[in-house]
Amino acid sequence: MQAQKEKIIKSPRELNQLKENLQLQFQGKKVISICAGTGCKAYASDEIFSIMESELSGMQKADPEKVKNIVLKKTGCHGFCENGPIITLHPEGTCYIKSRVDDAKEILQKTVDGSIVTRLLYVDENGTPVEKEEDIPFYKYQKRVILENNSKIDPSSIEDYIRLGGYRALAKVLTGMTPEGVIEEIKKSNLRGRGGGGFPAGSKWETTKNASSNPKYVIVNADEGDPGAFMDRSILEGNPHSVLEGLIIAAYAIGSNQGFVYVRQEYPVAVSNLSEAIKQAEEYGFLGQNILNSGFEFNVKIHRGAGAFVSGESSALMSAIEGYVGEPRLKYTHTAVSGLWGKPTNLNNVETYANVPYIINNGADWFLGIGTKGSSGTKIFSLVGKVKNTGLVEVPMGITLRDIIYKIGGGVRGGKNIKVQTGGPSGGILPEQLLDLPVDFDELYKGGSMMGSGGMIVMDETDCMVNIAGYFIKFLADESCGKCVPCREGLRQMTFIYDRITSGEGTVEDLSLLEDLSVLLEGASLCALGGTAHNIVKTTLKYFREEYEAHIYYKTCPAMVCSRLTYYTISEDKCSGCRLCVKSCPVNAISGELKKPHIIDQELCIKCGMCIDVCPEKFNAVVKGTGKTEKTRQFETV
Amino acid sequence: MNKIIIDGSEFSTSEGSTVLEAALKNNIHIPTLCFHEKIKPHGACRLCLVEIKKGSRTRIVASCAYPAEDGLIIYTESPRVEEIRKHLTELYLAMYPYHPEIKRLAKKYRLISTRFKKVSNYCILCGLCVRYCSEVKGYNAIGFTGRGVDKKVAFIPDSSYFKYCEKCMECVEICPTGVFPSNYGMERIPQLSES
Repeated sequence: MQAQKEKIIKSPRELNQLKENLQLQFQGKKVISICAGTGCKAYASDEIFSIMESELSGMQKADPEKVKNIVLKKTGCHGFCENGPIITLHPEGTCYIKSRVDDAKEILQKTVDGSIVTRLLYVDENGTPVEKEEDIPFYKYQKRVILENNSKIDPSSIEDYIRLGGYRALAKVLTGMTPEGVIEEIKKSNLRGRGGGGFPAGSKWETTKNASSNPKYVIVNADEGDPGAFMDRSILEGNPHSVLEGLIIAAYAIGSNQGFVYVRQEYPVAVSNLSEAIKQAEEYGFLGQNILNSGFEFNVKIHRGAGAFVSGESSALMSAIEGYVGEPRLKYTHTAVSGLWGKPTNLNNVETYANVPYIINNGADWFLGIGTKGSSGTKIFSLVGKVKNTGLVEVPMGITLRDIIYKIGGGVRGGKNIKVQTGGPSGGILPEQLLDLPVDFDELYKGGSMMGSGGMIVMDETDCMVNIAGYFIKFLADESCGKCVPCREGLRQMTFIYDRITSGEGTVEDLSLLEDLSVLLEGASLCALGGTAHNIVKTTLKYFREEYEAHIYYKTCPAMVCSRLTYYTISEDKCSGCRLCVKSCPVNAISGELKKPHIIDQELCIKCGMCIDVCPEKFNAVVKGTGKTEKTRQFETV
Repeated sequence: MNKIIIDGSEFSTSEGSTVLEAALKNNIHIPTLCFHEKIKPHGACRLCLVEIKKGSRTRIVASCAYPAEDGLIIYTESPRVEEIRKHLTELYLAMYPYHPEIKRLAKKYRLISTRFKKVSNYCILCGLCVRYCSEVKGYNAIGFTGRGVDKKVAFIPDSSYFKYCEKCMECVEICPTGVFPSNYGMERIPQLSES
């Protein structure tokens, strides 16, 4: 207890002192930071770390002088997930990609010797290896503000965060700014909610502050549930203190003494890193009573979500924290006035809070200088799908989708006819001709999609838009709370319709049914889950109508995805009768003798595609087609 | 006293009243299935949607919950409301076509049949029984289970209030579809409470 008390920081001067001491201790150190984000962990980055750790301790025993400046760090996500595990050397900025367990010792040895492992460097299109992280195209075209420190910070160490200037904004706010001044600054910066709605955060804070009843609450929404999105997760896992600092500043501005972080149970690393961060912040006196001797008191609790996508909706989230079922409420009074337990509550997304310390430190004008007029600052996207460099990217608002996909993402693997899905299940799919649309809250909305929380799924001509739309509708139908009729029954009917269309039983009427249901969902749903579900239907109907028509009129799937509309046959001329496909077919649908052409029984075939995969390239006898086979057609006419 | 305009006529309403209550009081019919004067608004049936005008902006809101603020202009049958309500009625026809209100609306919109696939579940999940049991009776013997398309009304197995169910049975009366007893096996309750 005694030791803990000594840690408490009582003034900005003490914070600065600590920062300088930490920087001094760190001078001349060489850091090997190993990404321990989910993608890299899957490639055993944990093991790489432990090998290096044991190797280093061995070296220390042998020659302590030689390795005294080497520091190993396990950090959060660096972003370049496609090429994981990523290892970055600081301060040089050398970046190793696709490092494997066998490379661990070599990387450590070479770093100690002061040389680099050339074969692990990123190689550009011209075949030249790129040493520095900042020169790799994936990083070069990004503007990393929030993610910048992810590769420099050990998320379990508050000292790392303080060394890089952490909690400086909090000190500035508590000692030099009035709550009104903070809100004014945030309003001036035009920071808009990063969770998808794009509502100006400053105005929300002000409404909460001016609401008459007390106490007031502040909540971090970390219930990130969009398929393929991991922005909030990476911030919480990699730099939890930045979110905490933003939250404390918001609480001070609003006049709240109690905060909550609603985080998904499915993010165990985020939960543990955040819990650790809260504990450390309490030890240093950034949370608790009399923070930095200013008289301000603030505490944070973590609420773990029980796995409901709809709980990301503000009123449903608050119901869940109160202990009720996470269902949206009728809210014609804003949650900023009557939220958690009927009290004024400010709810912002993880990324919104993470922006706050930077705005306070650098000023609103700096923030306004990034991005577009209507949408300032940067936005983090999780770039996934058919793009070459998948990963986490942070870009200034206003960059075009094309730049994100081609310059940062490195283009699409052999694909033509690119489509981009933005905004998760609430957003829409944009066709190639709209790729020059700037990424901006208002512009994406005009295109029929939305920014959402930052999911970006790149697709090409091998993805069936009808199937994808059906997938998202199914997802929403499963995740709907089921309270209001348009959402529950409307989405249920939509899944029926998509099932019909993708199995070749759709009719022209189905298209008008989808349009009518879109109108209904948009206008009548209780919350945004149903209210935005129409985006995916409307955009696909608008931009890819010919795909729907192909399914309905010609019973074909142009992308050859919908299994009920595709078939496999074996070309008699090409088949040499090697029996490879016969052996590999899991349902024994292929028959035929050795050295005689084989036949696929269409009745039994489950369209797994195993036969096409095993058929040797020199024969290429298995053909995938769409529509109905001769045989099934016969059955139907009979 | 607040002054509001519903479909062109001015009415005065008491403080704290909702648009739907104000309309009911003045004999203006707004269709609804999940509203009950004794319990808090739920906003699930969405039939009570109206278009409101505040300044230059119009919005679609659920009248059962929207407060009748002073100066509010309300359209109960604007083209947008009618379009939504028509599609909604068609959806109800696939679910439970026997309710008098649904029949009336179907007639109004000239809907003879529904284009949607019939869903064989009589319960429309208006939640009247659940909310009545909890808010008026204070028993909490029934509740919702499941989520989304799998949502159902069910008896809460370990509720200590089962012993009252047999005598109360008010949820049966309040059910707008009248299928409560057969759907949820009320006859089994006494057995449960004995054990």
